Amino acid sequence: MAVWRQATTAVTTKMRIAITSGKGGTGKTTLAVNLAHYLARKHDTLLVDLDVEEPNCHVFIKGKLQQKEVAKRMVPAWNIRACSMCGKCITWCRFNSLIRLGNTILVLPELCHSCYLCSELCPDAALPMQAFPLGKLSRIKDGELDFLEARMEIGVEQASPLISQALDYVDNHFPGKEFQLLDSPPGTSCSMIAATKTADFAILVTEPTPFGLHDLSLAVETLRQLQIPIAVVINRSGANDGLIEEYCSRESIPIWSKIPHLRKIAGLYSEGQLLYQKVPELQQSLDEIIAKLEELS
Amino acid sequence: MKEIVVISGKGGTGKTSVCAALAYIKANELVLADCDVDAADLHLIFRPKVHKDEPFFSGVKAVVDPASCTNCGKCAQVCRFDAVRQDEDAHFVDLLDCEGCGYCALICPVNAITMPKQKVGRVFGSEARTGTPMAHARLDIGADNSGKLVTKVKSDSKALATEHSRELILVDGSPGIGCPVIASLSGADLALMVTEPSISGLEDLKRVCELGSKFDLKMACVINKTDINPRIATEIRNTMKQRNIPILMELPYSNDFSEAISLGQTLTEYNPSQWQALFEQLWEKILKEI
Repeated sequence: MAVWRQATTAVTTKMRIAITSGKGGTGKTTLAVNLAHYLARKHDTLLVDLDVEEPNCHVFIKGKLQQKEVAKRMVPAWNIRACSMCGKCITWCRFNSLIRLGNTILVLPELCHSCYLCSELCPDAALPMQAFPLGKLSRIKDGELDFLEARMEIGVEQASPLISQALDYVDNHFPGKEFQLLDSPPGTSCSMIAATKTADFAILVTEPTPFGLHDLSLAVETLRQLQIPIAVVINRSGANDGLIEEYCSRESIPIWSKIPHLRKIAGLYSEGQLLYQKVPELQQSLDEIIAKLEELS
Repeated sequence: MKEIVVISGKGGTGKTSVCAALAYIKANELVLADCDVDAADLHLIFRPKVHKDEPFFSGVKAVVDPASCTNCGKCAQVCRFDAVRQDEDAHFVDLLDCEGCGYCALICPVNAITMPKQKVGRVFGSEARTGTPMAHARLDIGADNSGKLVTKVKSDSKALATEHSRELILVDGSPGIGCPVIASLSGADLALMVTEPSISGLEDLKRVCELGSKFDLKMACVINKTDINPRIATEIRNTMKQRNIPILMELPYSNDFSEAISLGQTLTEYNPSQWQALFEQLWEKILKEI
């Protein structure tokens, strides 16, 4: 947990909570938007959509756009006049993002990792770095809730650099938030790690099916490796909850709440509506989760 | 040989269930590939006999030899990923942050840094309980290069198809629009997009379509849970019409999806009277598209 001093001598405690899931479509975004919206009534809260390939929080958070900026990364640009065609850059680059075609060096920015190696070591200084767009960061205010969306440009391959930039933006613009909720990508790959690795705590949303359980166990292993404490929320809870409950009890993972399987949730969700004001069962779940979050902070 | 890749953009639309239902009824005709490598689930349904289990190596990461390191710190200065940390006597690299660019190894004055290849997962060559040859994989926790692993599963599935003289490969792709999906789609003869009528589903579908057009892919669509929101279902139909993408099938909202999974079965196996004819029909339509 990050603890720091404000300008006054009071000590503020900030919690960064990642909301993630092994499997996609388990209700991670539904929980993130409803929890954030509800939490913001009581606590200074920021919601960040880091599911940059398919960001959906904005469907539910309707507010005023306050700022929009293009997120960029630096990639080399070839300067034909300076280049002596020594070819060192091509042998150095481990990402195959530089190719020689006849008497031309072609840069493939999608493959570049922005390591600066070619640019800084080029004997002719023929590869100056220039900005390449990755996606957009949009800052939105919905009542008490601050919301930041990171949206990846279509055709960009790597999600992690945009996720890191969004988190830098959070550090720079929202350092004092009591709660930062991160809607993180599903899975266990590099983008999920990039989104969760700075979190103080992670909530894993799962569903009581063998797919849900299998993917949950992978996400649990990942977060344990990152040494991030976790809790589970069972969505679409029902007759098969035992599957998840047995696993969690064996692994000593607390289950913070269960959200029942209700068809009306699917209907309201499909319309992009926040649910907690209309579905008392969900509001009760949120109350349970918020009580746990308050205990943590 | 033809390749059909089932994708979804949004998670939880029923991509894997659709894929499994088709694979079950056409068990003797195709090869199955699970390219959703960081949440691979098909094996839970097809419980394959694994014949081949190999580690998969891709990419490199920096490792500092503490015995030769003079602690000069040049590596940390050039690293753009803040992956180099300092101990009392030597520097070391945090493998989760290292991107494997090799800058540090190149400039280390005492050559204390090597770039060994990284194991990023395991690849399996198997036979599903239905007799279908199957290529699948498991990505190691937090590993990079999921795109490379996807490419490997795809090339393995082609080899299986040749070995078993099968002409069709059915691929369970990954969600999203990033590198694993791009790798799943490369060389596909048809991208079958499974969507659902929700605003999020529609938005994600549009992004996947954009990606597909960028790569000039042939696309087709299945609307799952079509009765959840008739208004948005209509919007999806219109959007697909504008883009000249055929909707091959609309499936009703049904608890059979989760019930079948819970029993480790496919839809066409769990409730054949309800699903068999529908998926036979879908398969015929897919074959017409390719």
